[in-house]
Amino acid sequence: MAKLIAKKPCEGLLPIAAGDCSLTEVTPEAITSIAPAKGKEKSVSDALKKAHGMVFPAPNRATGKEGSRLIWTGRGQAFLVGPMPKAIAGAAMTDQSDAWAVLRLEGATAEDVLARLVPVDLRAATFKRGHTARTMLFHMSCSITRIGATAFDIMVFRSMANTAVHELSTAMKSVAAQAR
Amino acid sequence: MRLTCPLCGERDIREFSYRGAAVALDRPAPDAGEAAWDDYVHLRENPAGESRDLWHHESGCSAWLVVTRNTVTHAVLKCELAADVKGAAR
Repeated sequence: MAKLIAKKPCEGLLPIAAGDCSLTEVTPEAITSIAPAKGKEKSVSDALKKAHGMVFPAPNRATGKEGSRLIWTGRGQAFLVGPMPKAIAGAAMTDQSDAWAVLRLEGATAEDVLARLVPVDLRAATFKRGHTARTMLFHMSCSITRIGATAFDIMVFRSMANTAVHELSTAMKSVAAQAR
Repeated sequence: MRLTCPLCGERDIREFSYRGAAVALDRPAPDAGEAAWDDYVHLRENPAGESRDLWHHESGCSAWLVVTRNTVTHAVLKCELAADVKGAAR
């Protein structure tokens, strides 16, 4: 039987750094989409609280902490990023682990870098820790979550990993060049 | 142009895609007859003034929205979740 070689979505592309920003890859054990059925929102949230210690997030919010997060990703849907969950009654769950690339942009000018690519105000005054947005990274659909004062987790489709790294590195270099 | 998605908040137009008049929410019964189906599939109003359209928040929360806007003044009057509109009609 053929021996398959496991590769990370950003294999050979990351880490990179420019100015005071770094872009690294995060490789969670699993990514699972969780969509509660109509009327099951409360029971699914309770089950998640019991199993993983965090509730189903409100729109534009993420719950949990480093290594285990629930990130709102659309109407009636959140991604569990980190642990591989057991089945939850009343929720449609799909393994998304190999479908997404997770990038971490960190640095004092991370907001400036994202401002060049994202049509949403991600400054700390409006987009606080634990806030998340489904939006666009240049032309790509993405999910952006603020995980710290100067750090963001960015999720894009795995097939777009190369393009995402290219766009982000171009913006990082441009911001760094202007700061000089 | 910016639309205020009921879930995501005010967002840039590039995140949305346009579907057409909100008549798609009022699908006739299968046996409603040729005239009703002809109207539903082919005939559209072209109003100068208020119009109700379906938009998809494609690069956002993936929700379908019913947007009421004025084609003369370009004012966006209302953005609702299509699920709410459809649910209220039932």
